[in-house]
Amino acid sequence: MDAQTIVFAILALISLFSGIMVVTRKNPVHSILFLVLMFFCFAGFYVMLGATFLAAIQVLVYAGAIMVLFLFVVMMLNLRDPEALEGGTSFFQTLGFVVAIGFGIVLLAFLAGKPGPGVPTFPPGEAAYALGDAKSLGQELFHNYVFPFEIAGILLLAAVIGAVALAKRERV
Amino acid sequence: MAKVPLQNDPFRKYNLTLAERLYFPAIAKGMGVTLSHFFAKPVTVQYPEEKVEISHRWRGRHVLKRDEFGRERCVGCQMCELACPADAITIQAGEVPPERRHLHTTERYSVTYEIDMLRCIFCGMCEEACPEAAIFMTPFYEFTEDSRDKLIYTKEMLTEKIGGPIFYKD
Amino acid sequence: MNEIGAFIIEKSAVGVFVFIVLLTIVAYATLGERKIAGFFQDRHGPNRAGPWGLLQVVADGVKFFMKEEFNPDRANKVLFIIAPTFTFMAAGFLMAVIPFGDRMIIGGREVLLQLADINIGILYILAIGSLGVYGIITGGWASNNKYSLMGGLRSSSQMISYEIAMGLAIVALILDHGSFSLRDIVLNQTGPIWNWSVFTHPIGFLIFLVATFAEASRVPFDLPEAENEIVAGYHTEYSAMKFGLFMFGEYVHMTLASGLIATLYFGGWSIPFVATPAEPGIFWGLLTFGVFWAKTLFFMFVFMWVRWTLPRFRYDQLMNLGWKRLIPLGLLNIFVMALILLWTGGAGMD
Repeated sequence: MDAQTIVFAILALISLFSGIMVVTRKNPVHSILFLVLMFFCFAGFYVMLGATFLAAIQVLVYAGAIMVLFLFVVMMLNLRDPEALEGGTSFFQTLGFVVAIGFGIVLLAFLAGKPGPGVPTFPPGEAAYALGDAKSLGQELFHNYVFPFEIAGILLLAAVIGAVALAKRERV
Repeated sequence: MAKVPLQNDPFRKYNLTLAERLYFPAIAKGMGVTLSHFFAKPVTVQYPEEKVEISHRWRGRHVLKRDEFGRERCVGCQMCELACPADAITIQAGEVPPERRHLHTTERYSVTYEIDMLRCIFCGMCEEACPEAAIFMTPFYEFTEDSRDKLIYTKEMLTEKIGGPIFYKD
Repeated sequence: MNEIGAFIIEKSAVGVFVFIVLLTIVAYATLGERKIAGFFQDRHGPNRAGPWGLLQVVADGVKFFMKEEFNPDRANKVLFIIAPTFTFMAAGFLMAVIPFGDRMIIGGREVLLQLADINIGILYILAIGSLGVYGIITGGWASNNKYSLMGGLRSSSQMISYEIAMGLAIVALILDHGSFSLRDIVLNQTGPIWNWSVFTHPIGFLIFLVATFAEASRVPFDLPEAENEIVAGYHTEYSAMKFGLFMFGEYVHMTLASGLIATLYFGGWSIPFVATPAEPGIFWGLLTFGVFWAKTLFFMFVFMWVRWTLPRFRYDQLMNLGWKRLIPLGLLNIFVMALILLWTGGAGMD
């Protein structure tokens, strides 16, 4: 067993553990903190796959900004009594369970099949490392995929304008 | 009648100039002021080693004076006790026993004379009230003890020792 | 000895060396802060413990350990205890990519005075820097105290707002230098003094400086601990060494933020007009290390200097400055920088 496999195993165990904790904790603040831990492990996976730029962005955007907002909102809501949330299983909980099981089956089926072309192998080759840094990612984004990139930009711009329009107070 | 704006109306709308709106000139000026203080000589008096020069009229620890024959001036009239706004002085007056007659000016004297230094506000009213010029305040101000009891000064501690003034500094 | 073993020994040695120097400087920064505060107020500052108060640091440390460890009754105990370590760790992780010095050759082996020269150095710093808020926000929430919670919320919104401005300032810098690696950025600034980025990016430097003050929660942006509104903010309920860790983490953050300013805009370890010798020995390594710390200490002094000059911002002023001034200015800065680079064909162009 080489060092990479050991690191992968540790990261995988931590992310599985924190994933289970996210859905089983009663206290939403605990769930969010475990989710942050999980994002960290994901960043670790990205680094192992040679996608260092993506790893940094993962921590910067998800762990550093979006989860802080989540935490912010949960604290503002101040869910006083987590026990009150329990009750019976609702329709959405059942639906979520079914979807999760289905997704799990799909994933397992994917893993059981042999990797086709374009599916990354582990450990990644030199080519993957060369592709993962900011420069090549930028080349791809701004040359081959410039149209989808711009569309995504416009989508985000629309979302920002929408948020401003919603939050704007009526001028008296 | 039209409203005349006041010359120095603090609520007048004041349009900031561009330099003021940028803040940076003001910040730079403020930084300059603080830096000049950084290099200025400290004004601190390093207390236990250095002391501030105080007036000889400073109202500090009390002293009960004796007259030129070494007799206690205090006659136990309790005027100071009455005058004390902080109720810091407690006196028990009594008649002078015959064998101590040479130590007192009259036949009445203060058997006990206590000043609670924790209550005393050092206002000097006792000095002013004393008809015999017996109580005075000295420039001594370092009352530090490790228990409150030690700060209730008794007559023995307050009375001048025979043979010269103690807590008086010229 | 094989290559991996030598690598591990080299990095461990550099790491321990840098860590010890960093912790010593941070510990003395707490004394320095009080000394400098004293000088700014025409006082002496602490001068009783040892000569010039040098043992004050030891006295403070002992005091933190001897004080009562107090946990509030209804606090979330686990989070309450680990929150200070979040702050400290996030600040400490920043150390990994900062170039403390140049390379030097010891016993035929090239040793770099930097723990990891990774090609996403700046992104790493932004990412880790944004994690420091977790300690503050969880500490504030776990205390079960409204003032602590207010402090935590203020801190999170402040960090998110100023991170954007900081990122925009850095984007303009990256456009110019064409690399995320902090070592490359320092190398680009060697040579004459006008190679320093502060002369090519004055606006970006200004934005970065202001954002750094906000990220490190220093005056005038210390709203998370504004004592006249919310007692002591997120660390109201903290005492003893848990409070000590928060405070120490803050000072580590300030120290490394100063180091970052020096690295990004003031040439890092480089000495103006002096080139790296062909055979850089240990003397050169320690010289660059010293130059780095000299620049860093200067910016730490600026942090303290500003603290005793400017009053604290009001919350709405803080948000106004962040969103309506710095972010548009940062975008404009990127635009102008991109135009200039397009015109001249800068380092980032292929």
